[in-house]
Amino acid sequence: MQQDVFELGGATYTSRLIVGTGKYRDFEETRAAIDASGAEIVTVAVRRVNITSRDSDNLLDHLDLDRITILPNTAGCYTAEDAVRTARLAREAGVGSLVKLEVIGDEKTLFPDVPATIEAARVLVGEGFVVLPYLNDDPIAAKRLADLGCAAVMPLAAPIGSGLGIRNPYNLKIILEQSEVPVIVDAGVGTASDVARAMELGCEAVLLNTAIAGAKDPIAMAEAMKLGVRAGRLAYLAGRIPKKLYATASSPIEGLLD
Amino acid sequence: MQVMLNGESTDLADGATIDDLVNQLDLAHRRIAVEVNRDIVPRDCFAGRALRDGDVIEIVHFIGGG
Repeated sequence: MQQDVFELGGATYTSRLIVGTGKYRDFEETRAAIDASGAEIVTVAVRRVNITSRDSDNLLDHLDLDRITILPNTAGCYTAEDAVRTARLAREAGVGSLVKLEVIGDEKTLFPDVPATIEAARVLVGEGFVVLPYLNDDPIAAKRLADLGCAAVMPLAAPIGSGLGIRNPYNLKIILEQSEVPVIVDAGVGTASDVARAMELGCEAVLLNTAIAGAKDPIAMAEAMKLGVRAGRLAYLAGRIPKKLYATASSPIEGLLD
Repeated sequence: MQVMLNGESTDLADGATIDDLVNQLDLAHRRIAVEVNRDIVPRDCFAGRALRDGDVIEIVHFIGGG
């Protein structure tokens, strides 16, 4: 099989796992988990520098930026205006033009505000950003976002941090069937079989954070996720057998003893 | 002069530039972005941009997130 690569925003990656950097115990654990996951793209958040008690240490000092692409998010933004502002600041800080666009609609579910996401995506695409929007498992929203120039669409599997896994594989299938841009499952996966399933459905990649950072052993889970993505991708490319209600014998009938 | 720096009222020397502020905060070598009164100031303009009394300044960086 020729090398299976993942293309995003004009760059090529061999890993199809994108990981977050939140909720880790310390930077050392963050780095070890990223290494174990094999991820080449990692998400970060944009926040105020703490002026009163400054840390000498910053997350980016602990990441191998020659190997890793930084994907800033607009997490915590509840309006299109705030998300656009955050994306602009992130680009200005010098990590490139990728942005994981999140415009949250509700604090309890963290579901996206889709009209506001579309509004922000339109502005950011116009300004040359490589926009990767977080959205519901909503085929119409996915189509709108792809049509206006987003580089990928990132439907959730389940609410952020919930670990529920893929709640609506049928909607994901519809999104995958119609999408002309990469589909990346973002949020809600809990364990390796969830990411394998996302990849078996035909997703181009999976983005997750809590499922690794919140595991009892984050480093081991990071490796499990890497293998889950790989297993699911290989199974997708290999083409699974159709499901049938009745048995089909694996051993030939001919040559059976009388 | 008094400015609002990341939400805190802060005293700065008159005539201080963004470059001065960033150096004072030991952020010159960091990946940061600076906004003054909601406008992003490009890094190569830090030295030439004098701050004024009442300016609202935001300095952001990257932290862990999903």
